[in-house]
Amino acid sequence: MPMLEVKEIRKAFDGLKVLDGVDLSVEKGDVIAILGPSGSGKTTLLRCLNFLETADSGEMIFDGEHFRLGHVSHRDIARLRKKTAFVFQNYNLFLNKTALQNVTEGLIVARKMPRDKADEIARKALEKVGLLDRCDHYPSQLSGGQQQRVAIARALATDPEIIFFDEPTSALDPELIGEVLAVMRQLAEEGMTMLVVTHEMGFARNVSSKVLFMEDGVVVESGASKEFFENPKSERTRAFIRNITGEPAV
Amino acid sequence: MSERLIGILTDSFGKILLPGLTMTIPLTVISFSIGMVIAVACALVQFAKIKILTPIVRTYIWIIRGTPLLVQLFIIFYGLPNVGIVLDAFTSAVIVFSLSTGAYCAETMRAALESVPRGQMEAGYCVGMSYMQIMRRIVLPQAFRTAFPPLSNSLISLVKDTSLAANITVVEMFMATQRIVARTYEALALYIEVALIYLLFSTVLEQLQRWGEKKLNTYGGQK
Ligand SMILES: Nc1ncnc2c1ncn2[C@@H]1O[C@H](COP(=O)(O)OP(=O)(O)O)[C@@H](O)[C@H]1O
Ligand SMILES: [Mg+2]
Repeated sequence: MPMLEVKEIRKAFDGLKVLDGVDLSVEKGDVIAILGPSGSGKTTLLRCLNFLETADSGEMIFDGEHFRLGHVSHRDIARLRKKTAFVFQNYNLFLNKTALQNVTEGLIVARKMPRDKADEIARKALEKVGLLDRCDHYPSQLSGGQQQRVAIARALATDPEIIFFDEPTSALDPELIGEVLAVMRQLAEEGMTMLVVTHEMGFARNVSSKVLFMEDGVVVESGASKEFFENPKSERTRAFIRNITGEPAV
Repeated sequence: MSERLIGILTDSFGKILLPGLTMTIPLTVISFSIGMVIAVACALVQFAKIKILTPIVRTYIWIIRGTPLLVQLFIIFYGLPNVGIVLDAFTSAVIVFSLSTGAYCAETMRAALESVPRGQMEAGYCVGMSYMQIMRRIVLPQAFRTAFPPLSNSLISLVKDTSLAANITVVEMFMATQRIVARTYEALALYIEVALIYLLFSTVLEQLQRWGEKKLNTYGGQK
């Protein structure tokens, strides 16, 4: 049984249909890369899954529980959010908190964990992303790549069932992308369930197990990543892959 | 400068400073504290767009900012007794200055709250925090830092504005000076003397502001 399933999710902004009936199925341990041109609704999809946006309609099944999107109570939203984590394109670290406090905040404040236990978990998470030595630095004192790694540590610390990544490397200077991707690859290898909007084809091809290709608010093609890249079914997918890998259009 | 004048100035220094310490400063501190509570509450109401309260807050700010402090003082102290509400001068002054600080600082705080990046709130939700927890621990502290310099300005203005309370019989520094002038006719020297004492108070506050800004700056610039 899938851990997270979404059916016919729809969302419009002022009449503009941004998600036009998207289906998604995530098994435990899946690493799904969500690809697609800019404006195709990828961010909106992730935000609806985490209730940062309210979908107009659709169905969500999370851990066997059914929810009618657009009609989920505040209490359920709060409960569901505690099972997930989100990594933003622009990190969104708490600017008034150190790296360590960024990670402990969700534990101490939201989950009422004792401080020493939260500190221990946070240190482990920061160690995992290679930033234990920066735990007392504020976001303004960290590079983009380091900030994003702290954001990943913050996501990890809450022991989520799934982590949503929205273009986690898009705001980074090219030389900083590698360090973030390395951390994500490690998580993938450890079996973390991840839904990753990305333009990094290397990650989609080599790290993710499945690919979901979106355009204009609909899923054009989805399947195992190997199959997707080696044997794309639709012409639009072929055009997209040609475009993004820079191979000449035939 | 004649010996008589020097005598008057030294003699009056204590007589002006004393009401400064026992009236001007308490009036400022009490009014500013109450005003800040009003300001934060009004800013939060507007920031959260609470339905019925927002227009009430807007109306309050509109009235207070659109009318002179002196007129407000007269309405509360000289006007209200006509409808049976008699307040002593100090209380009247505290009410007027608190409401005034509240209105101006509410606008400062609202702008500061709105300057906190949206993503801070969203990140808070994503780690499982509630709206109130995010406001208290993430958004308000950042807003306070942004608002600190303009709020300090308001505080310094308030110290000087308390001199208006002399008009409703509050014996603060300016009133005390006026009384000495009435006795000695040394208007120029004495009013300069009280001006310098106000300047002293403002300078101390400016130094405190600088120190506070340095303390608040620990987490660096916003990116
Ligand atoms: N809050 C919003 N209000 C109005 N339009 C929005 C909003 N968020 C996204 N959109 C629009 O929805 C479309 C899809 O956006 P998005 O989900 O960000 O796409 P992607 O992440 O694939 O680039 C775009 O046309 C964008 O302008
Ligand atoms: Mg996007």
